[in-house]
Amino acid sequence: MDSVFRNRTAAVVMLSPALLVYTLVMLVPILWSVTYTFQSGNAITGFEFVGLDNWIKFFGDDTAIDALWFTLRYAIVMTVFQVATGYGLALLYMFFLRNRSPLVRTTIFFPVILPTVAVALMFSRMFEAAPTVGPVNTILQWLGGDLTDFLGTPSQAFWVIILMDVWRSMGFYAVLLYAGLVEIPNEVIESARIDGASGWKLVRRIVFPLSLPVLLSALIFSINGTLKVFDSIVALTNGGPGSATTPLTLYMFRTSFAYGQYGYGSTVAFMLTLLCLIATIFVFRSMRRDVTTS
Amino acid sequence: MKKSLIRGRRGLAAVALLGAGALTLTACSGSSEPDSSDSADGGGASTSTEFTYLGQTQNTTIVGTLEALEADQCAAAAEGTPLVPDAIDGTTWDQQLQVYAANDALANMSMAAGTPSLMQDFISAGKVLNLTEAFAELGIEGKILPAAEATLKQLYNSDDLYALPTEYNIEGFWYNKQLLEDNGVEPPATWDDLVAAAETLDAAGVQPFVAAGSDGWPVTRLVGNYIFRSLGADALQKVADGEASLTDAEYVEAADAVAALGEAGYFGAAAGSVDYNTAMNQFLTGGGAFFYMGSWALGNFNDEEQNQIGADNIGYLPFPEVEGGAGSIDEVPANAGIPVMFTTANYTDDIGEWLTCVTESYGDVALAEFGQVTGFEVTEIPADQSELTTLVQDTIAAASGSVLWFEAAFTSEGTTVSQTNGGGLASGNLSGQEFMELVQAANGG
Repeated sequence: MDSVFRNRTAAVVMLSPALLVYTLVMLVPILWSVTYTFQSGNAITGFEFVGLDNWIKFFGDDTAIDALWFTLRYAIVMTVFQVATGYGLALLYMFFLRNRSPLVRTTIFFPVILPTVAVALMFSRMFEAAPTVGPVNTILQWLGGDLTDFLGTPSQAFWVIILMDVWRSMGFYAVLLYAGLVEIPNEVIESARIDGASGWKLVRRIVFPLSLPVLLSALIFSINGTLKVFDSIVALTNGGPGSATTPLTLYMFRTSFAYGQYGYGSTVAFMLTLLCLIATIFVFRSMRRDVTTS
Repeated sequence: MKKSLIRGRRGLAAVALLGAGALTLTACSGSSEPDSSDSADGGGASTSTEFTYLGQTQNTTIVGTLEALEADQCAAAAEGTPLVPDAIDGTTWDQQLQVYAANDALANMSMAAGTPSLMQDFISAGKVLNLTEAFAELGIEGKILPAAEATLKQLYNSDDLYALPTEYNIEGFWYNKQLLEDNGVEPPATWDDLVAAAETLDAAGVQPFVAAGSDGWPVTRLVGNYIFRSLGADALQKVADGEASLTDAEYVEAADAVAALGEAGYFGAAAGSVDYNTAMNQFLTGGGAFFYMGSWALGNFNDEEQNQIGADNIGYLPFPEVEGGAGSIDEVPANAGIPVMFTTANYTDDIGEWLTCVTESYGDVALAEFGQVTGFEVTEIPADQSELTTLVQDTIAAASGSVLWFEAAFTSEGTTVSQTNGGGLASGNLSGQEFMELVQAANGG
């Protein structure tokens, strides 16, 4: 078998089908898309070389900058909430629920498998102000508050999206982080307890440092997933009111396919790719040092 | 010998591998075989095996009329070339049309692009059949109402006709007569009267306006019509041509006038979240006094189940004049709904036969079967035609001219930005200046 792997030709023959498919479905479209960033037009009107015009336009486009800012805000807030709630739940499974945890884990994980559109419909009904008053507004009014158009007001729509997406995803992060926590040797925790560590001290001094590798994996998952958010926002607010909740992905989609500006849409897509790359490198570099030794 | 054999086997393996890869990719790719005889130049090859129609799932009138035609007036054309209808969701209509058009895969007949600028791209690229030329060739000229033809030519900024007016709608304020009478309000003729009427109604606890703020366009229509009344029928074309800007004070005044209605709460609570069906239901159940809408809503108005306030209780009011403005109340806001177009690809004599019978008979069948007022010549008026339908026909006949709508001359981006922000005007979240700045920027600065 060793001789097969040492044979360069055999390795090339075995790798080439996968490489060919990868090249055709990933690399070629990416390079193609990069060439579009230097062109304007679409498949109907034809393409024209415009040099760096699309890039210059991006940095002078208020809507694009707003979308970039929204994307960053969403990614940071979501990552903090997703990972924090997931970690909190994982600790709950680990130290308090123990044997009862499978039922709770399943219940909390359940929203992860629900279709995004169904969840968005449910949340839009919950926060509805017209024509029918949803449960949230009903409770607010019962408490003496005013009828609030949550999805029609920019700042409130943002937090409804955050609430919905945290509810949808915290089960996934809880399971992911729980898998990391159960890997911590029992002996270490027991000896820490014998040494007098308990409660918050145990978590802060022993559990947290030992679970940092899996926490960082969760951060990479979360940042990359949230920077590319699309479906939940389209289903809940469609980027509105106005363009207040429009992330870069939705702006890219609209620019390319609704406005027929493939070149500019590709530029927006490339900016998003750069953003993901920067975030990943940042987190990856943090992982390179062994966090358990310090 | 041994080496060359091994090399030969390796070569064979590589070729086999590439072949298998190519076969897989071929299997994955779609067939480019046309269903009918190709004639990309529209020059008319001889035959087609089917007449394809693509519409939006939301619109059942066009496909219903075509099916009725196939069974009767178009039976001869359908022989050997049957109608094959298909429908897709209308929310991403323009995007899907672009993909079809780019691949020369448009249906023989399909609903036209919702954004006029996209239709202009199709026309420039030779994707859409020139109907003026086709009618001359087929000998069926004069079957389209002049007003409808003029509207479509104006819409696509063309001297020739490129789409068929399967609808011809007028727009204006429909009002609940009873609510106005109960509160001593006369149907207003000027914008100031309209605002005064709204104030009176609001004070009496009646919601003055019903509008689908989440759809945006029912609100931006008010801005556009105000501009037509105050600055004249060519005011928005000047913006499209770069001779004027939406941020000019006289244009902002229109958006401010509408925003003031929103700020006063005249569109009701959470106006930005109300969608089309909700607004329609609200008006037809007595939930508001004035409802800006097009005459395509006659189907809802004439439906006794939906209309709880009664068809007799609904009046029509042309968009009021702006005092001292350059426009006239007689210029009716009009549109051809979403018209239909024929593609140049796959246009054959058989498709020409379908085009002939559709052009000659669509108006009568759509009116008789669906009560739909179209831009086609009508030869038979149904005996049971409703009064509201007659009112619309009379208004079209009496109009001295027509105007388009706010976004008609805008880019796709300008249209989207305008309509996604229209709700902000109705809910009072956006000032007129902010709205116009956003739309002007999206329109290319």
